[in-house]
Amino acid sequence: MQHDEVIWQVIRHNHCSFMAKIETGIFCRNPYNVTGICNRSSCPLANSRYATIRDHDGVFYLYMKTIERAHMPNKLWERVKLPRNYAKALEIIDKHMLYWPKLLVHKTKQRLTKMTQMRIRMRKLALKTREKIMTVPTKEKKREARREEKAEKAAVLEKSIEKELVERLKKGVYGDIYNYPIDEYNKILDQEVGKGALEEEYEEEEEAEIEYVEGYEELEEEDDMEDFGGLDMGDDSDVDEDEDEDDEVSVAFERKRGKKETARRLQGKDEREGAKSKKKPKVLVEVEREDTSGRQRAVM
Amino acid sequence: MTKAKEALLPSTIKNKEKRSAVHAKLKHQKKIEKKKKANAREAAEKRALELGEEPAPKNIPRTIENTREFDETICRPDDDELFAGNDADEFSSILKQEHIPKVLITTSRFNSTRGPAFISDLQSVIPNAHYYKRGTYDLKKIVEYAKKKDFTSVIVVHTNRREPDALLIIALPDGPTAHFKLSKLVLRKDLKNHGNPTSHQPELVLTNFTTRLGHRIGRLMQSLFPQDPNFRGRRVVTFHNQRDFIFFRHHRYIFETKESKQADSKGKVSEKKAQEKVIVRLQECGPRFTLKLTSLQNGTFDTRGGEYEWVHKPEMDTSRRRFFL
Repeated sequence: MQHDEVIWQVIRHNHCSFMAKIETGIFCRNPYNVTGICNRSSCPLANSRYATIRDHDGVFYLYMKTIERAHMPNKLWERVKLPRNYAKALEIIDKHMLYWPKLLVHKTKQRLTKMTQMRIRMRKLALKTREKIMTVPTKEKKREARREEKAEKAAVLEKSIEKELVERLKKGVYGDIYNYPIDEYNKILDQEVGKGALEEEYEEEEEAEIEYVEGYEELEEEDDMEDFGGLDMGDDSDVDEDEDEDDEVSVAFERKRGKKETARRLQGKDEREGAKSKKKPKVLVEVEREDTSGRQRAVM
Repeated sequence: MTKAKEALLPSTIKNKEKRSAVHAKLKHQKKIEKKKKANAREAAEKRALELGEEPAPKNIPRTIENTREFDETICRPDDDELFAGNDADEFSSILKQEHIPKVLITTSRFNSTRGPAFISDLQSVIPNAHYYKRGTYDLKKIVEYAKKKDFTSVIVVHTNRREPDALLIIALPDGPTAHFKLSKLVLRKDLKNHGNPTSHQPELVLTNFTTRLGHRIGRLMQSLFPQDPNFRGRRVVTFHNQRDFIFFRHHRYIFETKESKQADSKGKVSEKKAQEKVIVRLQECGPRFTLKLTSLQNGTFDTRGGEYEWVHKPEMDTSRRRFFL
């Protein structure tokens, strides 16, 4: 007993290599410690009669040390295998530690409980699949990023896609969709547009609102037949249409006007985008393409 | 004599200042020579053009694609074994239009920030794609469930650090599982001047899948989409393989004739001098990302017992001229 006190004084106040001090408390890293805290009563080095539970491969063992064997460190710890059954293990502990201090027995049983619970949980978790985290060294990540950049530049994507599509067209994959004779088509369109403009001017004089709207729709349908406008209308007709728009009050027309306005906005941004929006049916936009008409003509 | 030779080789000079000076001089000389050669070449070309002769044929610059290491698995157009393999492989039933592809999209257990936006973009690209939330199901269970409900493939989008970074494509019923690393994701809303895709069935463009492995991956991509594209919809989805990186793009296109400058812009036939060229203009819509194959496993998802056809190992990256797809 005197021996224990001396040991405790020395290691606690000088240095114990098993002691780990963190902000929540002082812990003992000694594998034979029953509670894990660095305490006078829990230190396996400073108590000549001590017991603990340790686990090996899922089997629990009760380890005991007595003062009689203190001079033989080799044979210091006596090991008893505990059964899997929790209740039976408790009985065995009681049997072996019959005349030992109650505190120690209590702590040992607590440790056994905790370890059994842990064992159950680990087994349950092992059955579930969990995602495994794999790390990639930074060097590799950087290398991949660099190579990707260069590959992207080497693959001139837009050009290659365009090339592929044009080849498909030449091979005839698209069948009959794209081969209407352009020039005659455009000529006819010009004629129709001219007619449409005339009609509008005529109806403006009459001020018959309903009829005006229908005439407008007619124009619209013509535009549907082709996919893109590119109509080359005279500026006069465009101006006429603008004025007419402003006069109109009917709901349907306002809706169309809304579309036209958005179309104008689009036009400001990007020609191409405007061209694309022509694809949507029933958009009046096509009629108003003044800017683009000069540059492009429809279609193949 | 030897002293002169040694002076030319900078690595033998021990004095750092002198060595770097010699090296710099050598480089300068090389540069001058190169310039001289280039100028001479240009002058020769000009002269030849002026004289009306044929200029000398241009040298082909060396590129990584030119100098790619020889790979015996590169498919040749006359390979019967390839076609036989194609008929017998897992995608043939879909590619022959016996089944319509039905795709199940899901995520890894944690999904955040860009994940859902990316998935909604994917849904607009791939027709007949359904999104189901992940929950805590095992992937193997999800695969079984999908098989029961007649899906043809499962796509799992995996997020890491709040960014989608891996794609797992599992072809069903017992198709291969391909795991890709996803990078450079640009969503549709972040693209400038993006277009809005319609729901017509898209055309597929798969370029540059040369080797057998690449061919297989190409067919895997093909099996995600229906095989009867609607050309009137003018939608094209591209998977372009370059140096083992698969670039995904989604465009809407328009064909146009571009007349050369000498022609009259109104297109009157008689005044056209130069030819009409057909060009196609593209408008990008839909997301944009790059994929890199990390592993291809035979059979559905099974990391422990599965048989891997191809796995990426770091030692494969040692040569800059060696590619696998």
